[in-house]
Amino acid sequence: MVTNPEQHDLIQTVTADVAIIGGGMVGMTLAVALADAGIAVALVDAQAAPERTATSYDGRSSAIAFGSQQVLAGIGVWPGMAAEAQPILDIRVSDGDARGRTSRLFLHYDHRDLAGGDADAPPFGHIIENQVIRRALLDRLAALPTARHLAPARIAGLARTAGGVRVALSPNPTGVTEIAATLAIGADGQGSPVRALAGIRVTDWSYPQTGIVCTVAHEKPHHGVAHEHFLPSGPFAMLPMVPDQEGRNRSSIVWTERRAPARTMMALDADAFAAEIEHRFGDSLGRLRPVGGRWAYPLRLLHAERYADDRLALVGDAAHAIHPIAGQGLNLGLRDVAALAEALVDARRLGLDIGAADVLERYERWRRFDTLVLMAVTDGLNRLFSNDLLPLRLARDLGLAAVNRLPSLKRVLMRHAMGTAGELPRLVRGEPL
Amino acid sequence: MGGGAVNREPSAETTSVDAASVDPAEIAKFTAMAEAWWDPRGKFRPLHKFNPTRIAFIRDRVAARFGRDSLAGRPFEGLRLLDVGCGGGLLAEPMARLGAQVTGLDAAARNIAIARSHAAQSGLDIDYRCDTVEALATEGTRFDVVLNMEVVEHVADLRAFLSSCCELLKPNGVMIVATLNRTPKAFALAVVGAEYVLRWLPRGTHDWRKFVRPSELAAALRPSGVDIVEMTGVSYNPLSDRWSLSKDLDVNYMIVATPR
Repeated sequence: MVTNPEQHDLIQTVTADVAIIGGGMVGMTLAVALADAGIAVALVDAQAAPERTATSYDGRSSAIAFGSQQVLAGIGVWPGMAAEAQPILDIRVSDGDARGRTSRLFLHYDHRDLAGGDADAPPFGHIIENQVIRRALLDRLAALPTARHLAPARIAGLARTAGGVRVALSPNPTGVTEIAATLAIGADGQGSPVRALAGIRVTDWSYPQTGIVCTVAHEKPHHGVAHEHFLPSGPFAMLPMVPDQEGRNRSSIVWTERRAPARTMMALDADAFAAEIEHRFGDSLGRLRPVGGRWAYPLRLLHAERYADDRLALVGDAAHAIHPIAGQGLNLGLRDVAALAEALVDARRLGLDIGAADVLERYERWRRFDTLVLMAVTDGLNRLFSNDLLPLRLARDLGLAAVNRLPSLKRVLMRHAMGTAGELPRLVRGEPL
Repeated sequence: MGGGAVNREPSAETTSVDAASVDPAEIAKFTAMAEAWWDPRGKFRPLHKFNPTRIAFIRDRVAARFGRDSLAGRPFEGLRLLDVGCGGGLLAEPMARLGAQVTGLDAAARNIAIARSHAAQSGLDIDYRCDTVEALATEGTRFDVVLNMEVVEHVADLRAFLSSCCELLKPNGVMIVATLNRTPKAFALAVVGAEYVLRWLPRGTHDWRKFVRPSELAAALRPSGVDIVEMTGVSYNPLSDRWSLSKDLDVNYMIVATPR
């Protein structure tokens, strides 16, 4: 159990098994998974919950792969978002040239291919608005007695001893100044303060690209089809969403553009911006109209030299950020959560010290390989497709067509995209933790 | 030679323990190793790697014996458990976290000192004693669970030692023993392989001639009215770097014994 704060003068200490720093989707999922398994968790978030769930804070959507859905279902969070999750039934990958024309050769993934044509096959994944995911996680977290949510609060220091770790918090409205735990977890994003305090270095590479994200309403229904359109400036994805409250058809656009044109796009008025989107995507969904905000994110590849240190582990973007070309960033983070939760729960059930080096080593070894493979694949895809050289265009068109004709190779690629390849944590396999 | 005694990780400071059964040569070997006990990446890495497999076996068999749910929060709540040859507490601490009231016994004063300081650091209440099973048996305390993990292959007189252990066991209790079999394969893997080739353990950690065959364990327990009810091998897979239970009793094995 999380004990009540002890008061000594101005120091208010909360005791927990695990201190999680970072209340994003990955940090919250980990907090729910551990607290649900009876491990006492203190979750530190720099943002108060109402700010976190405001649409102005984050208007993005996420592609939740089948494996990630299993994780969310296994910890009781999926029912809170299922009604607002759009299944992806088909993925169409195509190649385009600088004039916006789409190549006739394209790759077509049908979710039924995986199950040998079975119509009841699970979808590849779902598109869900981030705020829907956050709300479901916050609701579940509030219902768990072994979880304590400290927000808004920020980490100010990290002191590690042989038997545990003390996380100092800067003055904050919760009044708590310190967490005493056996393990601290950095789930605090690409710029992770925890990682910096622990002195863990990163390999960092900025792509000369910007990710533009927005939602569009469109005339015709999308029938659950996701489009990934490879343009010379970078991939352009049109991801199906559930209809909005007025019943309008909606899709989420993730569009990679070189930096300077991206700045121009961000400054356009709504009509001109819509025209740019139609120019790139075509008219297969009828007329397109941007709704809500527009966000631009610099793209980078980042990899921490270690995911584990004394009494410390990193998860999600704090450990690795990849190119969003395959929509795998959050999924990778959720697989971290499933692996770390399993390592900690297994250790706890054996009466072992859950912050011991060998427990954390198991997590690191488990996740590092999967992450490096995905980093290499997404970086390679981006380099292969983000150009307009004719021989490369021909080669990749032929490559896509060849993949389409080889069902077994296609299945391997699909399993990777669904997060069901490799040695999987129990939660990813759909088993209880 | 007197009765059997414990010396999984003895120390030079054992003059305080004056049991005839303590083998001084065995005790001296472990002295240098004791402080590294708790570093999972240090000298005792193999034992740390082995620990989850043997703990899971103990947890599941003890839970079954006493009708507990082995995946529950504290499945050993209310059970009195004796860890013979507790060393630095690598097994005693997990047993305490699983809910047991643990007594840790070791003939080496230095190990007991290490175990006590580490338990304090972990916030665990464990009764560590620098003593022998013979001495403890005369005190009259009886245990639900007696663990003899990697101990009997270091004992001077196996029969006398196990006789005292059986005396410490409650009539409905359970004893678990883990040791090395005296086979050519064990010599090749546990002595030559682990000590000389892989350098997992310092040379001279094990004396193959003192390894114990399952039949010898059974024969030593039988006069005390305790029978072996289960035997399992424990095998190491060098490719996955993992230990697992197996049917192969030729090298590492564990037995479960209960009073008749």
